[in-house]
Amino acid sequence: MSGGRMAAGVYLADSAGEHQGLAVVLFTVFVTVTLVITAWAGRRRSSSVEFFAGGRMFSPMENGFAISGDYMSAASFLGISGLIALYGYDGLLYSVGFLVAWLVVLMLVAELVRNCGRYTLADVLSARMRQRPVRIAAGTSSVVVSVLYLVAQMVGAGSLVGLLLGGESTAARTWAVIGVGALMVFYVTFGGMRATTWIQIVKTVLLMGGTILLTVMVLWRFHGNVDDLLRSAAGGSGHGDAFLAPGLKYGGGWTSRLDFISLGLALVLGTAGLPHILTRFFTVPTARSARQSAVWAIGLIGAFYLMTIVLGFGAAAVVGSDTVRGSNAAGNTAVPLLAEALGGGAGTTGGTVLFAVVGAVAFATILAVVAGITLASSASVAHDLYTALRRPSGRHGRREPQDAMEQDEVRIARFAAVGIGAAAIALSLLAQDQNIAFLVGLAFAVAASANLPALLYSLFWRRFTTRGSVWAVYGGLVPALLLVVLSPVVSGRPDALFPGVDFHVFPLENPGLISIPTGFLAGWLGTVLSPEPADPQRFAETEVRSLTGAGAV
Amino acid sequence: MDKHDGGDPLALRVDDPWRDAGAAGLWLPGQTVPAAPPEERAPAAAGTTGDRGAIYEEVQLSAAFREVRQRYRGFAFPMAAAFVTWYLLYVVMATTAPGLMGRRVAGQVNVAMVAGLAQFATTFLLTWAYARHARLRRDQAALDLRWTLATRTGQERVR
Repeated sequence: MSGGRMAAGVYLADSAGEHQGLAVVLFTVFVTVTLVITAWAGRRRSSSVEFFAGGRMFSPMENGFAISGDYMSAASFLGISGLIALYGYDGLLYSVGFLVAWLVVLMLVAELVRNCGRYTLADVLSARMRQRPVRIAAGTSSVVVSVLYLVAQMVGAGSLVGLLLGGESTAARTWAVIGVGALMVFYVTFGGMRATTWIQIVKTVLLMGGTILLTVMVLWRFHGNVDDLLRSAAGGSGHGDAFLAPGLKYGGGWTSRLDFISLGLALVLGTAGLPHILTRFFTVPTARSARQSAVWAIGLIGAFYLMTIVLGFGAAAVVGSDTVRGSNAAGNTAVPLLAEALGGGAGTTGGTVLFAVVGAVAFATILAVVAGITLASSASVAHDLYTALRRPSGRHGRREPQDAMEQDEVRIARFAAVGIGAAAIALSLLAQDQNIAFLVGLAFAVAASANLPALLYSLFWRRFTTRGSVWAVYGGLVPALLLVVLSPVVSGRPDALFPGVDFHVFPLENPGLISIPTGFLAGWLGTVLSPEPADPQRFAETEVRSLTGAGAV
Repeated sequence: MDKHDGGDPLALRVDDPWRDAGAAGLWLPGQTVPAAPPEERAPAAAGTTGDRGAIYEEVQLSAAFREVRQRYRGFAFPMAAAFVTWYLLYVVMATTAPGLMGRRVAGQVNVAMVAGLAQFATTFLLTWAYARHARLRRDQAALDLRWTLATRTGQERVR
């Protein structure tokens, strides 16, 4: 059947129609595979370990692939290579930040978090504190980060339809967003962590395969001569040598330079605070395998970003920056256009096939990423917020049987996935014209400001207290969100969220430069001003457990 | 590897008051872990928490644990400081000194390209070094401590 449609697609005169036919077939195949995975994973009894941590028995390699799948979003695949195709070196700055961030995860976070937590970030933060306030704070910030990230991905899914399937209408984009939302809710509610993990693994294999294929084709075209590739890229960009040096995008005024430094800080510190990345470390049995999965992830992600550099410069060289800009002002179509050109150009069989393959890979990427984030945020709602808010109102002091409580959490998590999915769909439809890269940068900034200070303090600082940890979370979260509201992204610019009014006070688009130090400062201040000192015995337990794995589940 | 200064964990277990106070009864290594109820209820009673905390505190002060912690921190902290500084230096240079970064080194390759690829290279290198250090210098000692604690608190479900 797919062969027939492929042949039909090739002979269609309308080029958008050709892309559409084959891309839809490939995408349908991916969706079918993921649904089979979900059905297979859903057969198991849904205990909370099964639902939130996939049974904790994934191998480091499997988890490394899944982490990479969670991390390499369509923003990286299409966005970064597009930025490189348009702005040259300045696009490369992004990928360096995204990769170096993994050293923070590997060295300071992965093993210790695996040893101290069960399902979520809040488990680690509240390990030696009073449960309720810390869980509520960490749960809230996790949900905020996840929803920001989710909206960014789904807006991307919407515009991808317009770009790749030729459906320029608002209706097509709306249906794409709703479709992606519905699928992700289905994966999470029926498959839990096990299905989500396998979907990530399949997606990573597809994404890496597609990227390797295109990279080899670019290098082949230039006979493996990188110098030649760079010279053609500089020529094709219309900027000459300036294209290969920093400054084209962020070299304007001091505001734009500071803005990039702020973004860089948020990227490198934010990854270690992303809830859907931290949750991944609970799917392996030990801290040692958590470390090995981070090593796998760094290898895959590093190789991937190295290849996106080749693709970005390749697009500038083969397609030309002006053509890319003409197709999409943000550069998101650079890779699909490159694929088409490498396959032989528009209208040829090779070009059509490659274009469709890239489109389908990008869809698979988005779908897998949103499923991962939805799962992490529904875990935060069920395991942190719901648990913390329910306990005091429950039967005084009497605890329900553990098993019933866990069943309850899984049930709530399923409802939460539906709720978060609906909220994300609604927000994405509202934010349809927003810049995706900005939304992703914002999610990283909030994660770096609200989650990372509290996490590092509670793992390493003996005197850190409950008040300190609550203040650290809110002291990063509130300034980050407030600064965004007062930034030129929301008001005062023609492309702002509310272009009509102007109440912007803060000049930068990314709040990280201010809000990350605020988070650390608030945590310190809260600790110093605490009414009660930290409990040395509970710190001893946290520290010993985090480094030895004693008592880890 | 130096051993935990508590010596033989079995000997310690006998005169550990927590074991007698607990409802778990006598537990021997060959047996399965005591059923869920004592494990679940134990933290609720204040006295028991204190005793468990005391065990952890004692381990925290032991030479074996301090050695593990020292090895971890001695590697991870300076390295983290180094790569964060190196990355920030790179970002600041790229945004504030594009002229210097644009200087040619060889062919089309300029200082910025070399610096960017060096960031990738140092990331891979540090990943390898950290994993190797942890595997050779930390894993065995940490596992020994985990076993010691497992026998002493009786809480561990070993997989």
